Amino acid sequence: MKTEVVGTGSRGTRIVGSIALVLTALLLLFGLVLSPPEISQGDAVRLFYIHVPSAVVSLYIAFGVTLVGSVIYLKNGSVFWDLIAGAAAEVGVLFLGFALITGMLWGRPTWGTYWTWDPRITSTAISFVLFLGYLAVRRLDLDPVARSRRAAVLGIISFFNVIIVRFSVQIWRSLHQGTTLNPADTQMDNSMLFSFFLGMLAMVATFAWLLMHRFRLAWIEHQLEEDRLATAIAARRGEASTFNPGTI
Amino acid sequence: MGWQYTIPGYLIVFGGLAIYIAFTLRRGKRLAEQLPPERRRFLD
Repeated sequence: MKTEVVGTGSRGTRIVGSIALVLTALLLLFGLVLSPPEISQGDAVRLFYIHVPSAVVSLYIAFGVTLVGSVIYLKNGSVFWDLIAGAAAEVGVLFLGFALITGMLWGRPTWGTYWTWDPRITSTAISFVLFLGYLAVRRLDLDPVARSRRAAVLGIISFFNVIIVRFSVQIWRSLHQGTTLNPADTQMDNSMLFSFFLGMLAMVATFAWLLMHRFRLAWIEHQLEEDRLATAIAARRGEASTFNPGTI
Repeated sequence: MGWQYTIPGYLIVFGGLAIYIAFTLRRGKRLAEQLPPERRRFLD
């Protein structure tokens, strides 16, 4: 007898999850074992293979999805896009947290400090706080439509800071390097370059897999919240219909 | 040189991902059981 699997998994998530798992295993092999240490950074360069992909996936892909989802939600009120926006923001905040932590760990041996109020780092930390605020708004105990609209507006406003993060190294004098990796013209060792691209692919696949699961979880939460609201309204109507003013 | 920063970095990232994945999948499984099959749109 076939047992029904209940959860957020499906054939699609299993395929994407398997790809993410294989890419992550390859990233660990190349990033930690097969690629050489860098001349000045030593083995700390290996943090680069997870730091940059985490930052790119969170800032440009995850928060980009949140921006698109928020705009579409405000335009046509689609619950699907509202939930996609929220799911992408949550996974994006997780990845941005990883980018900040690995950046701090890389900064200590390279710059001599875990933290500095550099424009790129500071604007990234502001993005982290803004999207944490976005997630907090999504958890407010409000009318679901009003809550989603406020979250969508905040999601769009917060994305403007991502643009500031992108151009911060060009606008202000920054310790953080700008775009230093041009695949067409790089002096990087091939195995280091390969590890970096493996990191990008692994993080993108992991993000896609997590987004599918997190969206489905959000969909289930939305359905159950609607059930609770319908039950509460029915209970109030029941109380109103049995109310007898003469008993007061 | 640098392994004392690299290893904690990888542990935090992949350990953090593992915890988040476990939490998300468990919560999804627990809540999906409360949802009638006809309302499991997007779950296939």
